[in-house]
Amino acid sequence: MKVTLSWIKEYIALDLEPDDIASKLTMAGLEVDAVEDLYAYLQEIVVAKVLEVKKHPDADKLSCCVVDTGSKTPAQIICGAPNVRPGMYSACALPGVTLPGEIKIKKSKLRGEVSEGMLCSGAELRVDTDAAGIMDLPGAPVPGTPLTRALDVSDTVFEIDLTPNRPDCLSVMGVAREVGAFVQPNQKIVRPDVTFPRQRIGGTSIHDHARVDIKDPDLCPRYSAGLLFDVTVGPSPFWLRRRLESVGLTPINNVVDVTNFVMMETGQPLHAFDYDELAQGRIVVQKAGKAMEFTTLDSKVHQLDPDMLLICDGERPVALAGVMGGENSEISVNTTRVMIESACFNPVSIRRTAKRTGIASDASHRFERGVDPDGTVYALQRAMNLIADLSDALIAADIIDACPADPVPLCIELDPDALNIRLGTELTVAEISRILESVEFRIQPSENGNVTVSVPTFRVDVTRPEDLSEEVARLWGYNRINTTYPPVPAKGRPLAPLILTRRSIRGILNGLSFYEAINYNFIAKDFCDRLHLLENDERRNVVQILNPLSDQMSVLRTSLVPGLLENMRKNISQQTDTLHLFEIGKTFFNTDLNALPEEKEMVAGLMTGNRIQPSWYAKKQALDFFDLKGVVEDLLEGLGIDDVNFTRLADADGPYFESGFGAKIHKQGNLGNLGKISRPVLKRFGLKQDAYVFELNLAALMAHMPDQIQSKPLPRYPAISQDVTLIVDRQIPVGDVLGEMKTIAQKEFLVEDTYLFDLFEGSPLAEGKKSLSFRIVYRSENKTLTEKHIRKLHTAISSQLVKTFHADLPE
Amino acid sequence: MENQALDEIQAAGTLEDLEMVSVRYLGRKGILTAFLRGISSLPEDQRPDAGKKANQLKVKLEQMIQQARSRIQTAQTDQRPGIDVTLPGRRRGYGSVHPITRVLDDICGIFLRLGFDIAEGPEVETDYYNFEALNIPKYHPARDMQDTFYISDNIVLRTHTSPSQPRTMEKTQPPVRIISAGKVFRCDSDLTHTPMFHQIEGLMVDEKISFGDLKGVLTTFVHQFFDRQTALRFRPSYFPFTEPSAEVDIQCVICKGDGCRVCSKTGWLEVLGSGMVHPAVFENVGYDTKKYTGFAFGVGIERMAMLKYGIDDIRKYFENDMRFLGQF
Repeated sequence: MKVTLSWIKEYIALDLEPDDIASKLTMAGLEVDAVEDLYAYLQEIVVAKVLEVKKHPDADKLSCCVVDTGSKTPAQIICGAPNVRPGMYSACALPGVTLPGEIKIKKSKLRGEVSEGMLCSGAELRVDTDAAGIMDLPGAPVPGTPLTRALDVSDTVFEIDLTPNRPDCLSVMGVAREVGAFVQPNQKIVRPDVTFPRQRIGGTSIHDHARVDIKDPDLCPRYSAGLLFDVTVGPSPFWLRRRLESVGLTPINNVVDVTNFVMMETGQPLHAFDYDELAQGRIVVQKAGKAMEFTTLDSKVHQLDPDMLLICDGERPVALAGVMGGENSEISVNTTRVMIESACFNPVSIRRTAKRTGIASDASHRFERGVDPDGTVYALQRAMNLIADLSDALIAADIIDACPADPVPLCIELDPDALNIRLGTELTVAEISRILESVEFRIQPSENGNVTVSVPTFRVDVTRPEDLSEEVARLWGYNRINTTYPPVPAKGRPLAPLILTRRSIRGILNGLSFYEAINYNFIAKDFCDRLHLLENDERRNVVQILNPLSDQMSVLRTSLVPGLLENMRKNISQQTDTLHLFEIGKTFFNTDLNALPEEKEMVAGLMTGNRIQPSWYAKKQALDFFDLKGVVEDLLEGLGIDDVNFTRLADADGPYFESGFGAKIHKQGNLGNLGKISRPVLKRFGLKQDAYVFELNLAALMAHMPDQIQSKPLPRYPAISQDVTLIVDRQIPVGDVLGEMKTIAQKEFLVEDTYLFDLFEGSPLAEGKKSLSFRIVYRSENKTLTEKHIRKLHTAISSQLVKTFHADLPE
Repeated sequence: MENQALDEIQAAGTLEDLEMVSVRYLGRKGILTAFLRGISSLPEDQRPDAGKKANQLKVKLEQMIQQARSRIQTAQTDQRPGIDVTLPGRRRGYGSVHPITRVLDDICGIFLRLGFDIAEGPEVETDYYNFEALNIPKYHPARDMQDTFYISDNIVLRTHTSPSQPRTMEKTQPPVRIISAGKVFRCDSDLTHTPMFHQIEGLMVDEKISFGDLKGVLTTFVHQFFDRQTALRFRPSYFPFTEPSAEVDIQCVICKGDGCRVCSKTGWLEVLGSGMVHPAVFENVGYDTKKYTGFAFGVGIERMAMLKYGIDDIRKYFENDMRFLGQF
């Protein structure tokens, strides 16, 4: 919202610098975003003395003038104004200057004659309305003087970023009232007198011509109306246009301009009807009742809902109440009788209508925040006086003020002690009273040391004692309130396991050279197709956003994989082709449209590029599935989760993995999966290079994490190792053999550890066979084992493995 | 003789040279040996003194020769061929957390030390917890302050971390001291806004908690996060769920308040929203508004990280470019 300093000064006497006013407004809660000089553009315009005037050789109406603009050599300027004469002082825009209305001045040729600038009229410079000729400055100002100095004009525009709770300050009077509260001593605003002058009263009563019926007093608690006769619609005078333009409004005609001016002045939106377009001279305030079309005065057609509040005449709607007037009854050049509406509407109703029709007008902006229910009559009378003056009209002898329930000022019982506790202050009742009275609250003593505060009707935001505490605090000054420290009891809770788990995962993966990524929760809807998910895959149960920013962000992710693949694409395009990324984040599953989606927190990782970069000690090696599996194994071990199984993932569960290159990670239940992204899926993400990805469910991981670490004593006797080599069918997974060995180890307490140390396929082995070499580590708790002690056990274990896996022993 | 001997020891560059010096002075036919032998021919009264001095010199020369020997030996072993230690090492590589996580952890750490607990809530939220319970009814103009992503009429992507306030208070009686961190979403995307960003919310409720206490806790926070010299300014504002409400500006950490591009020449940066909890919020969760007061605040993490690390573009956070992530 814009206000100008000169306008504020219409209501209070003020002797403060603009920057000072701005900072004080900001610190009182009216944040000033910008302070601008309204006439900044006049700084560029200079005083020019016309030295010579000759007729243009090739154009009757143009003159070639030699002009002193304060520079060393006079300039030639072509001028079409009839009043140009030698010796006059005028205003000149030199090349490079931009005039109001975005007119750029350039050195140019007019009918063959060079023109080095432009002599300007008052209208062109927006300093008066005179467009008939160039400015004729009085006295003898020095050529080259900036026009701001020569004319001695200045005004400041404050751009205020108002919070929605302060509709009272959506008006110049409202802002002036705030300014009056921070000057010392406090000043009350002076409102212009609005008594109708006798000579303006046209005789008859409005009741002889018009009638107002409020059918829905909840949505329209007050409707005041006035009538003007013999109106001449025409352009507004300069001062009025200037006022409107200075706050960013466009002048239209004297009637509409006055309604806008009074709205800006008082905060009360007004509407002017052409009375002769109102059937039966009636105003009926009612809901639409049925769906219908309506054309607003900007010639746009809107579909109305039955519960939208309308202003109707005797037959049809004439305005969308509080939002915008209708085309059918707007003021035109032929209008002679004007009905002015000054009403109060229910904020929710207005907001709903404005939202649904997509209209955001200055009126709806104020009504949906709440206007002063007691402000309609003053604004109405103010507007009628101004219109009568400007268009030489007559005023009906009285007004209509339909007000089903009298507005009663709200009274709040305020306990000064409670206020001081809330703020941490020690303000006396006198200080509190002075502060509140400075912005027109009224204070009465009450019982028990309390005071009764009567809230001015324009302060629709103040309804309870806590609201008064804010008034006191902001006008006292937040920065004058002492900084204190709350007493905090020395007890706390341990951090939630989820938070600790995330930290552990980050720590482990960082140590394994993975960087953390954070992606948007929303992604393109086609990610399911790009991942080749089957029709019945639960990851297709996406949550859709009703109002997405774009198709690329229209659904919530059910997997972290697409985000990481997208990151890989972006990094490769920036020439980073070896990547270790991970993300911890939520995925969202649509279960029931009316309930919150299921949120599953996942950790996912992506690896691509080289295991070893080309270096002085090794040739480069591309990484593969087992690099990522190793990361997952380290992560699980780091989290204290042991005995995790990796089995081949069914293609249906990992449709984005290359067939046979995906593993399911499970322990009792499913923990997640890992694998190599298939070629077709890589292609759908614009990728060529192999990528390996894992995804684990955080809740599932946490279910298997030990609550605490239990340290075990270190072994006191040395271990002894024995190897066994099995030749088995190639199809037999090593994991099965290791699993069997683990089972044995659990039974035989001398077996401490088993691991695979060699794998061989090919000649001289038979086709379809592979050789697996395992080392079994034996250890006793109470003696040093020798080969003799374990010979029998080792043979038994070997035999069992041979039997279970139909294996051969090497020759 | 002493000075000359010492000079010769210093000058010896090889073990052979040193040996020659040693022999010249201390050998069987050495100069010092000869002198020692000659003492017996001196007058009786001079003998003890000369003997003592000569023996001291002998010990000293022997020590100096030993030192010189070490010096020469070390110099020689340094010439032996070794490995080229300037070759780059075999690096294992390491990763790091995202700068947002880093700042979240920093800030959580500060409030944990102040006795706050961490609460978490869903990222997809009901209209009730995101708005209504926070005193923002449907069709309230304050809804314009937060452009909302809707899933359905009553389900939204949370626009702030504030739903953790009513969710926590419904389950707990005062005293309450929680912070809640996480992702939030607004239907807004341009040079300075991303549709997803991160916030930390704080809430403290007890008997007699005052606006002064709010100032104290937030001052402590800012001083710990930036530094103790950072000035704060509390400015009236409006949030439907606090009364009074305050924006907290900090002295620009870039220009230290002189005015620069980052602070739009004002010297101040708006970093926190805060206020005393609105009684309507307490009523919605069944707290006694006569007995309890409290404060709440929210801080945007992206902005804090930008200020702390000099990050110039908010969009960098979610592109996950390694050249960016690798800087933290």
